[in-house]
Amino acid sequence: MPTSDDVLVMGAVAYDAKVVTIWEGFRQWFAANGLAFDYVLYSNYERQVEALAAGEIHVAWNSPLAWIRSERLARAAGGEARALAMRDTDCDLTSVVVVRTDSGIDEVRDLLGRTVGVGAVDSPQATLIPLSHLRSFGFVLGYHVEVRRHDVGVGKHGDHVGGERDAARALMAGEVDAACMIDANHLLFATEGTLPPGSTRVLTQTPPYDHCNFTAMGPGPGDLLERFRSLLLAMSYDDADVRPLLDLEGLKEWRGGRTSGYGQLERAAIGFGFYDAKGHVTATDYRP
Amino acid sequence: MSLPPTIDLEDLGLDRGAHLVLKRALAPLSPGTRVEVRGRAPDLAVHLAAWCRAQGHRLELAPEGSVVGWVTRGTALDDRWQGAERAGGDQPDTVADRAEPTWGLAARGALVEAGGPEFRFALDTKEAVWSDTAAGVYRQAVASQWDPATAVDWEAPVDLPPDVEAAVVTVMTYLVENENAALVVPARFLGQVHPHFREVVGVLATQVADEARHVEVFSRRAGLGGGPLGRSSAGGQASLLTLLEEPDFAVAHFLLSVLGEGTFLSLLSFLERFAPDPVTRQVTHLALADEARHVAFGMAHLEHVLAADPGLRPRLATAVRRRHDALAHTAGLNEEVFDALVVLAAGSWEPAAVAAGFARVQALEAEMADGRRRRLVRLGFPPGEAAELSELHTRNFM
Repeated sequence: MPTSDDVLVMGAVAYDAKVVTIWEGFRQWFAANGLAFDYVLYSNYERQVEALAAGEIHVAWNSPLAWIRSERLARAAGGEARALAMRDTDCDLTSVVVVRTDSGIDEVRDLLGRTVGVGAVDSPQATLIPLSHLRSFGFVLGYHVEVRRHDVGVGKHGDHVGGERDAARALMAGEVDAACMIDANHLLFATEGTLPPGSTRVLTQTPPYDHCNFTAMGPGPGDLLERFRSLLLAMSYDDADVRPLLDLEGLKEWRGGRTSGYGQLERAAIGFGFYDAKGHVTATDYRP
Repeated sequence: MSLPPTIDLEDLGLDRGAHLVLKRALAPLSPGTRVEVRGRAPDLAVHLAAWCRAQGHRLELAPEGSVVGWVTRGTALDDRWQGAERAGGDQPDTVADRAEPTWGLAARGALVEAGGPEFRFALDTKEAVWSDTAAGVYRQAVASQWDPATAVDWEAPVDLPPDVEAAVVTVMTYLVENENAALVVPARFLGQVHPHFREVVGVLATQVADEARHVEVFSRRAGLGGGPLGRSSAGGQASLLTLLEEPDFAVAHFLLSVLGEGTFLSLLSFLERFAPDPVTRQVTHLALADEARHVAFGMAHLEHVLAADPGLRPRLATAVRRRHDALAHTAGLNEEVFDALVVLAAGSWEPAAVAAGFARVQALEAEMADGRRRRLVRLGFPPGEAAELSELHTRNFM
């Protein structure tokens, strides 16, 4: 249980050492703005969501997959999960399936009999959503198309970009015929040289979807949560004290949470049997 | 209603630098203005969406065709530079009276983003570090750098009688020890001077490099004869330690450059004159030119500081007296160094020659004291006090 109702306690997943810098900075900024705030770090999203459901934390900085599970856990308990806020950069992302320019793969159906490289088993952007997208073309995964996973940072829901980058490297090494990644990482991998410019092209792109949000569950300390949300939304990129925090977390402005952008992932999570309706982890080869 | 401005990226993709063209097109526009983006690079729409999201611009994709979409300029670019400040003002040649911690390592005149780290340089005022001659001294120092490998004829014959060679080695050993002090003292302050005063930083940096070369050539000359190096006396080291322990920049600069290196000008000139071999002559000559520059900068700096703060003068006098008292129990100049100087100035072991050498070293000491006295008078000390302080200077010379 949170130690005091006067302190808002948030959970975050430590996918990188910079996570400490980020939330320590936010903690100080919230304190300076009159909100007693503390954070708890988890090594994986499953434990964080379970802590949220158990009331051990008031709010969780959740991956989209963690949001899906939070919703199910909340519903199973007769309540609901709420998305308080999200980054501008969490809105309207897409994933892409990329092939080598010289591969002779011109259309999605040319993937028949080929191998697709994906990120970690629990990555929404580099595994679940793009594979679900390929299924929508009629492919039976493991039958029409082989899937080669790159399980780096399992439990961190793809926040660790390593699996995505490994899939891109496997594409360039000829170990896979296609690789799945978030749109921004196709550009990043090109500019950093992992995928030399012109060497790959986008075969297909998913519809837009949303990414992380601050999730609350149950009644919670309403005043603190509202104060937390309103302070976030008031953070301005022209404030020199705030800007380094926003830069570290990769946003220009916080927006109110919206839940309309999780349909694709919801369908993917159902399709891959990742969680059951009550929010239990049912994926058999998932070991956070 | 006017049409939005259009940019055509042709076949340039964001994976090949198209962001430069986009930024250039968006920069002069006010936030909220739309730009039509055309282009035919593969995956341009995918990358444009990702780029706009990261940059805080809004994108409306076109259905298809040569128009990729319309980018609405966001505010992040302007937001980032709200409250930014030019380090020292618009003119890079203008030196501020005080360099702000927030300017950090930025170039003088650069636009510094607000919210950066604060660099606590202890020496951050013009009054403390500046000299109007700094830029000129730095240019001169850079132009005067010499290469120990080529500036000295290391192949020149050095075939001295063993006792004369021993005298040279004794003196070289002493010089290395003193040059080490002359290297460490400015190096300690180099990292404390705010980089805004880059001319001063430059002078100190060249000074450190000069001393490193002096250490090299004196060490190399000492080793030419193949024998062991000379001795390092406790008194000599104690004298140098007081230089290293001086925490105040102006006082340290005064003790080292005005008094110590000032005294060394006479010593190096003496050694050049009585050098028994060409290598000794060359290395002392090269060092002499560098040291003269160090003394000139030290004098200019002290004159600048004293003009702004005459109260420094009694503090400088106190420092000389304090150092004298601290060293009163020590032996002063290594006796072997004194004797070696006599040997070199004598040129032979004939009693008359030794007497002449002895007299020359005495004259050297008088010349050193006179030089110190003159420099002290130039810094505004009354003649009587200048003479007194000159006499209180360490017997170790540096």
